[in-house]
Amino acid sequence: MKKIFGKTKSLQDVKTHYCPGCGHGIIHRLVCEAIDELGVAEKTIAIAPVGCAVVAYYYWDFDTCEAPHGRTPAVATGIKRVKPDKIVFSYQGDGDLAAIGTAEIIHTAARGENITVIFVNNTVYGMTSGQMAPTTLIGQKTATTPLGRDIKRDGYPLKISDMIATLPGAKYVERVSVGSPKDILSAKRAIKKAFKNQIDGVGFSMVEVLSMCPTYWEKSPVEATRRVEDEMKKVFPLGQLK
Amino acid sequence: MAKKILMCGNEIIGEAAILAGCRFYAGYPITPQNELIGHMAKRMPEVGGVFIQSESELAAINMCLGASAAGARAMTSSSSPGISLKQEGISYIAGSELPVVIVNMMRGGPGLGNIAPAQADYFQATKGGGHGDYHLIVFAPASIEELAKITYQAFDLADKYRNPVMILGDGILGQMMEPVELDLKPRKNLPKKEWALDGHAKGKQKIIRSFFIEDGVLEQHNKKLQEKYKKIKQELVMYEAQGLSGSDVVLVAYGTASRLVKAAISKAGSLGIKAGLIRPITVWPFPEKIISDTAKKAKKFLVVEMSAGQMVEDVRLAVNGKSQVHFFGRAGGGVPGVEEILEEIKKLK
Repeated sequence: MKKIFGKTKSLQDVKTHYCPGCGHGIIHRLVCEAIDELGVAEKTIAIAPVGCAVVAYYYWDFDTCEAPHGRTPAVATGIKRVKPDKIVFSYQGDGDLAAIGTAEIIHTAARGENITVIFVNNTVYGMTSGQMAPTTLIGQKTATTPLGRDIKRDGYPLKISDMIATLPGAKYVERVSVGSPKDILSAKRAIKKAFKNQIDGVGFSMVEVLSMCPTYWEKSPVEATRRVEDEMKKVFPLGQLK
Repeated sequence: MAKKILMCGNEIIGEAAILAGCRFYAGYPITPQNELIGHMAKRMPEVGGVFIQSESELAAINMCLGASAAGARAMTSSSSPGISLKQEGISYIAGSELPVVIVNMMRGGPGLGNIAPAQADYFQATKGGGHGDYHLIVFAPASIEELAKITYQAFDLADKYRNPVMILGDGILGQMMEPVELDLKPRKNLPKKEWALDGHAKGKQKIIRSFFIEDGVLEQHNKKLQEKYKKIKQELVMYEAQGLSGSDVVLVAYGTASRLVKAAISKAGSLGIKAGLIRPITVWPFPEKIISDTAKKAKKFLVVEMSAGQMVEDVRLAVNGKSQVHFFGRAGGGVPGVEEILEEIKKLK
């Protein structure tokens, strides 16, 4: 019998530490498949974030540099400017990209660095046990918003992709989701496009991926996917922003 | 024969870096090192290198982290408040064992302070500054010629030890002009860095990291770093010593302060007072041995700094109670006058 589907080459054949129902496993697979299908795994350099995906280099087989929390796009800039023929991508969570790293992502897009950014938005800080993120929804209970995010005290969630899309240096910005099989297929297309853009020299390309965190949403894995559908998409609608 | 040029200290650092093969510079404007960022903006494109004016000093050090991880000779520069911003990145660079050259042209502090020269970042440079058990190799040049030679060497040493190197200058050194013959050979055909990231086409995945969460691994990594620092301490101490034998007082000073001290020592000599000088050129590793050996001969030490007293603690440690250690300093951008220093020498005669 002919094998028609399997684990893509760049996705290492190991158990991950991610929680059951976490979106990282799916997103890592989509990134690896995109890179393998484009045939650029051997010239890819990844920058790993601080967050649950801190040891992503154990799961994807690419040369990888760790960055301090939030500084990922600056590190990516240094690498890409020195090795412009390599495929450089940063993979960041909502804290890394939209809290501590806000200045770095905006200026990297403003400079028009020809890199690919995978932005995983699960509205909470997973690694540190579930605190509020810049994308936490109003009313959402977290470790630092035990009574629910309150506009007066905590402000509004940040739609950073929409902000980045306004920059002339940002060439492609799309928001996708891994909360359903249909959405996962669209997410794969967007991620692949974001990498193809870099190969073609189009410029800064970012994909925001709505993702699940069953543990800190205090939901089952299936309930968590429903939250992405019913609640997150209302605040963070899917679609191509640029 | 090498051309004689007249450039200010900041510009000389830039030229020496380029001659040393530096092809990546990221920085942010801050007085008193703006001449350096301006010089790199002009010269980097001319030599096919990368220049980025980054959005902050924080971004600049991280861009250098990336550039170095990808194998380039990378440099950033700033002054005291900006160097504070870089401390996080420096800790990561040290932990990841990456070569980066960092230039600090010190100014008055703390806080926004002023733009006058100072030496109040000695603790920050030599005792860590960032978190964790690490050390920078720290040079304290005292002339334009030394700025050139040391900057040039810094890149080789950073690569050799896979460690960040800091050049600790001050506002005076950065802005003053002295003619110098820049007879430094342009570094070409630098050896390939096998550990640098470039895609794994030729073999296994390479990872640049400072995070080791598995049980006991970080402790082992720290032991490896400490072995490296021990080796650097054995191999790299640099200092200048003059007039130690027969002297009543031995002054210890570095950088601009040492130039004022030399002038004061000269004046003291004409008054019949024999004063010596130990001038650290590396402040990390610190020249403990020469100070310790000199202390055995029960000389009085006078440490002169443009600070409230930072290096003096390392002098006291090296003297270890064998002799007296006195201190004279001016903080907050104050620059000691030659006469002031002479008065202090007279007091100790």
